Amino acid sequence: MNIKVVRTKAEIEGRIIEATALVEGRDLAPWGTDSGLAIVGKGHPRVDGIARVTGRAQYTQDLYLPGMLHVRVLRSPYPRARVRRVDASRALALPGVRGVLHRFNAPKAAFRGEETIFRDEVRFVGDEVAALAADTEETAADAVRLIDVDYELLPFVADLEEAMRDDATRLTEKGNVTESGTYERGDTKRAFAEASVVVEATYRTSTQLHNSLETHGAVARWDGDLLTVWESTQHVFGVRAGLQAALKIPYSDIRVLCDYMGGGFGSKGGAGKYTIVASIFARQLGKPVRCFLTRDEENLAAGNRSATYQTVKIAAKGKRIHAIEHLSWSNSGQGRWVADPTGPTNGLYDIPHVRTRSYKVVTSLGALSAFRAPGYVEGTFALDQAIDELADRIGEDPLALRRRHAALQTDPVTGMRYSLKRLLACYDIGAKEIGWQHRKPEGTRGSAPHRRRGYGMASQLWGGSGFPPAYATVHLNPDGTAVLRCGTQDIGTGTRTVLAQLVAEELGLALGDVRVELGDTSSQYAPISAGSLTVSSVGPAVRLAAKDARMQLLDAASGLLEVGATELRVERGAIVSTGRRTQIGEVLGQIENYTVIGKGSRFPNPEDISLKTFGAHFAQVEVDVRTGEVFVEHIVAVHDIGRVINPLTAASQVEGGVIQGLGFVLSEERVVDRPTGRVLNGNLEGYKVPTIRDVPKITVRFIDDPDTKANNIGAKGLGEPPIIPLPAAIANAVANAIGVRVRTAPITRQRVLEALELRP
Amino acid sequence: MGRVPKASSYIGPGAVDVALEVNGDGVSVHVPPHRTLLDTLRETLGLTGAKRVCDEGMCGACTVLLDGEPVYSCMTLAVACAGHSVETVEGLSKDTNLHLIQEAFIEHDAFQCGFCTPGQIMSCVALLKRNAAPTGEDVLRAVSGNLCRCGAYPNIVAAALSAAKKQARR
Repeated sequence: MNIKVVRTKAEIEGRIIEATALVEGRDLAPWGTDSGLAIVGKGHPRVDGIARVTGRAQYTQDLYLPGMLHVRVLRSPYPRARVRRVDASRALALPGVRGVLHRFNAPKAAFRGEETIFRDEVRFVGDEVAALAADTEETAADAVRLIDVDYELLPFVADLEEAMRDDATRLTEKGNVTESGTYERGDTKRAFAEASVVVEATYRTSTQLHNSLETHGAVARWDGDLLTVWESTQHVFGVRAGLQAALKIPYSDIRVLCDYMGGGFGSKGGAGKYTIVASIFARQLGKPVRCFLTRDEENLAAGNRSATYQTVKIAAKGKRIHAIEHLSWSNSGQGRWVADPTGPTNGLYDIPHVRTRSYKVVTSLGALSAFRAPGYVEGTFALDQAIDELADRIGEDPLALRRRHAALQTDPVTGMRYSLKRLLACYDIGAKEIGWQHRKPEGTRGSAPHRRRGYGMASQLWGGSGFPPAYATVHLNPDGTAVLRCGTQDIGTGTRTVLAQLVAEELGLALGDVRVELGDTSSQYAPISAGSLTVSSVGPAVRLAAKDARMQLLDAASGLLEVGATELRVERGAIVSTGRRTQIGEVLGQIENYTVIGKGSRFPNPEDISLKTFGAHFAQVEVDVRTGEVFVEHIVAVHDIGRVINPLTAASQVEGGVIQGLGFVLSEERVVDRPTGRVLNGNLEGYKVPTIRDVPKITVRFIDDPDTKANNIGAKGLGEPPIIPLPAAIANAVANAIGVRVRTAPITRQRVLEALELRP
Repeated sequence: MGRVPKASSYIGPGAVDVALEVNGDGVSVHVPPHRTLLDTLRETLGLTGAKRVCDEGMCGACTVLLDGEPVYSCMTLAVACAGHSVETVEGLSKDTNLHLIQEAFIEHDAFQCGFCTPGQIMSCVALLKRNAAPTGEDVLRAVSGNLCRCGAYPNIVAAALSAAKKQARR
């Protein structure tokens, strides 16, 4: 066997990780621009479209198993307290209640570095205190209120900037603030001293709540020793690993499934406490158990994008950016990690002197989780505004200033050459589409006397290279149809469709003859659907699996048709040789019930090259100076992500990223009552996600240029790029319109009016 | 919003039999008076197309038609539907023939995760029932009560307008 173990480094969400993977055979040469692709690169409607529009698509929430019990969780009403006593006797006396778990009776279950899922000290409003299983959801909801808990209240701090103060309540022995990232190049101290202009500013971003429409949840069932868990997740293998760690059972006894899922945006990366609770109850009570969060719980205990406090000092020497210092503090709540908002500052622009620090701040609030480009959205909001502020001060067009720092073909952080970087082309297209020539340094008149118009733009840097391990198998049936099996999941990005296109292209089948089966740990491993890495990690493995199936098919056909294998090819479902077409089914059908199984694995990325995605967003806005309302008129989003496999679904991704970015910068803000630590708007009324009326004209453009150095399909990731530059582009357009800058997201009417009053 | 029938004759306290029409079929369900139409459709009748997202009338993912008018089924009691007709996304397509709106949603990629899609589709179906030639503004109004977190909004508008044009040609 021609099997090799490879060790490789790769980037996920700004962090470098080491990966070990097994590869088989040789990688394929990448498809070039002249490969004559028939299916890849075309805007095919989604292969699962019918399931999704008919209501037949089954989401985890739609699973109702016979005899299934329902769980409700009792959550702490206090931001920090010791749980001294739990008395569930009144709850257990209610007819239909089947069990209660809490810190005094729950079995040990390791969870994210702790030994139990019910802490003795609860650390935020919404922390799990107890869980209750009942015959119906209504009974569970009623009964959970009858659990009596004796709390000893402890001091807390429920605000980022309060927690940063020296005299703040210390939530850990080491204090509340820890350094989480540091980077330097050049000599910023000297550079600021010799600069001609220095601008300093403070930027703030608010906590953004994911509000995936399907809340976090799982259904667990035991059949003897075998635990089956259905979960709304971005990573079935991550859930499996979480269950193994918590329950100490072997992988062979765990199967995790996720067919359709209703949004995650980074927050559904592995097993949750609900998964473990459902599994423990299911084992104890001998019935299937469902544990789903309500909307309010979702907004307390299922993750969020950290609020940030950032300071930027930026200097010019002549008409160039000479130095930048960026310090950032992120509210991680009770999270164990934190994203790095300084990533774009380190790597996006060619600036000679750079110094950045990022800090994790612990507060008595729910843990952060990854949220679509964690850190990069917040960091770009500060960085790209600071660049505009500097441009204003030196009397330079902000786009012209960026151009001087965007041409570099070498990654300033690693010193390695980029495989492909077309950022300047993104600028050219964006400027043309938005009509950048209409921008005036002092803004322009709007469509009414009380409205001002402005233009702004910002750039995007992200990884998205993908990496091993990822594996796939293609099962070619005797009738010429195929099934792709892969452990990845389609979280709404169109993965099923894109992978079906890759199989059909490589194997020579019609798209309709390929079925895609995902979201099952019975398949081979695939990585988490996050970090813009699914297509670029899984896609190349899928193509290799299809190629392996094709080669086996041709070998079989060669024997049966008595033609040399090299003289045969597969084309639209038929084996073709000189002057002869034979349907695959006619060939394979001669062998009774034989399924060709092609295997594929993801090969490592080249080691001496930097693989990144780039882009730029341009915004045209109007601001009503009487009310402070921002009207977004037009967004142009241009992205450089290598080959676009499916322009239809890719454009949808970009529109979705833009709209989530609009929410971040204009309306979305978790509001916490500082004296009680309670979230005041953990619902879809008080927390403002964009509605259809908030959507402007959006123009989407791609630099559709295959990155042949990246992998065998030439594609990089697109999930995160389209949210990254949008908030900064809007902020810059607002500042251009009204001549004063709002440095806090979201840019609400109140903040605009406050800024206008401060105008000199 | 649709006319919601009075429930006075069905007040509990225990579960009662309620006869209604769902997707053209007469059905009888045995439900407590506080049970919502949404939970009745999903748990009692196995029609899980309508989704439970907020359960308090803020998102529109549970939208179904009651006597042809769109309602939030999480804000509608099952007992209030006695003698009335309910249409869900499952009732739109006959055999393999999709409704015009469903076809247009696929063609225009008007969904990503798809969780809000049944609600969006029912709001659009209601629009096309009462307005044969809707404008873009009409579409915005019709689906302004349906949240989509993936941001498929531009394609939803395109799909609704395209379906309306096709309907006009038929």
